[in-house]
Amino acid sequence: MSEEIVSELMRAHVYRLASTGQRLDGRALDEPRKVSLERAFVKTAEGSARVKLGNTDVLVGIKMSVGEPYPDTPNTGVLSTSVELIPMASPTFEAGPPRPEAIELARVVDRGIRESKMVSMEKLCITPKEKVWILFIDIHVGCTRKEPGARGRLPASGRALAGERHDGEDQGPTLGRPKPRRRADGGRPAHRDHG
Amino acid sequence: MEDIEHFAKAMKLIDADGRRLDGRKFNELRPIRIEAGVLRRADGSAYMEWGGNKVLAAVYGPREAHPRHLQDPARALVQCRYNMAPFSVTDRKRPGPDRRSVEISKVISEAFSSVVFAEQFPRTSVDIFIEVLQADAGTRCAGLTAASVALADAGVPMRDLVASCASGKIDGVVCLDLNKDEDNFGDADCPTAVVPRTGEIVLLQMDGHLTSDEFEKAMDLSIDAARRIYDLQRDALRRRYSVTLEDILKESPPVQSPMQPEGRLPSEDDFGPEGI
Repeated sequence: MSEEIVSELMRAHVYRLASTGQRLDGRALDEPRKVSLERAFVKTAEGSARVKLGNTDVLVGIKMSVGEPYPDTPNTGVLSTSVELIPMASPTFEAGPPRPEAIELARVVDRGIRESKMVSMEKLCITPKEKVWILFIDIHVGCTRKEPGARGRLPASGRALAGERHDGEDQGPTLGRPKPRRRADGGRPAHRDHG
Repeated sequence: MEDIEHFAKAMKLIDADGRRLDGRKFNELRPIRIEAGVLRRADGSAYMEWGGNKVLAAVYGPREAHPRHLQDPARALVQCRYNMAPFSVTDRKRPGPDRRSVEISKVISEAFSSVVFAEQFPRTSVDIFIEVLQADAGTRCAGLTAASVALADAGVPMRDLVASCASGKIDGVVCLDLNKDEDNFGDADCPTAVVPRTGEIVLLQMDGHLTSDEFEKAMDLSIDAARRIYDLQRDALRRRYSVTLEDILKESPPVQSPMQPEGRLPSEDDFGPEGI
């Protein structure tokens, strides 16, 4: 996972606001972001929950299957927690096997569930030494949603495809192109940086 | 498993009136809902519900292709990653790519390669991510359809949106848009993706057996459905981007933000002439 780039200007601005008791999004210093919780979002899962904290959007699905217990705990079920920081959620998340950040998060959640004893692992045992329930907790992190009502301007090509096209003629490359994006550090757009 | 086989023999997938398990006729689609621009960080995104399918698609780019040796000095790469959430299917899917998702990723990226104006963005990549959150047959069509809305939302120049739908055969009848039970116990499934404006086919696969007459019929059903889906895609984009002047003034009142530097904003010219 690469580091997020925050411009010097933005950093200074955040600090300046904080020193006067203000924050970028207008909240008070002791004001949390909005939390919302939705149950049973995924019908194929045995249980699921979707939690939004501000713009962070996390989807968790529970799957159960029957398998063998670990030899050192023959009378208890198996709990397996995994986290995927899905690459669509942020430009800094990359595809591939879980990175340390995801593994840390999965292990911390696993410990929380396990040590709080909210799940009775003994009751997940079907036949000691042979058959137990395996409980999978799969956490999909960071489907960060746009705030409702926050609309952008549709770049020309998208507008064309949305139907505001002229005649049916093939306009080919004249459909327009997106504006070169400015990077957070004020540098040139990434695709011009080389060559 | 024995129970399932028994079920397949005992159960008719189409009743005497030509109604299917979920009450649809042979040429009827499942309910479809598309929402454009749902993710904050992605350059473009879309969420789609198609019957029992729930699919998210996101697009990043055109951005510098990484690793560098993959860069094409003449054009952009169109890369796709189709992924299923572990909880999206009945039996948990192990996280990470398997042979099936690698195949689907490949055919989807090839489908989009033929509509994106890749030559306008040399050395870059357009990265398409598709996450299946809940699966109920036809996820590659749903993923492709959602991804094409996401590409438009990202402003990636394209010849047209790509619309996709599958047809198949159940109980000997050619039907549109099979659901999971029909897919599992039916005779054939044939996903198709079309470019509605030109009529090009950019994806065509088949699993099972169809006679050439049945195949023609399946194609006709899919192409007709793709046109209806195309309207839904454009509708999703219109809903996202139709704004009134009032909305604009409400969202960005004409006040100097403290972030704005002194003086004029850099104009387009500061980035050199248009074109790369």
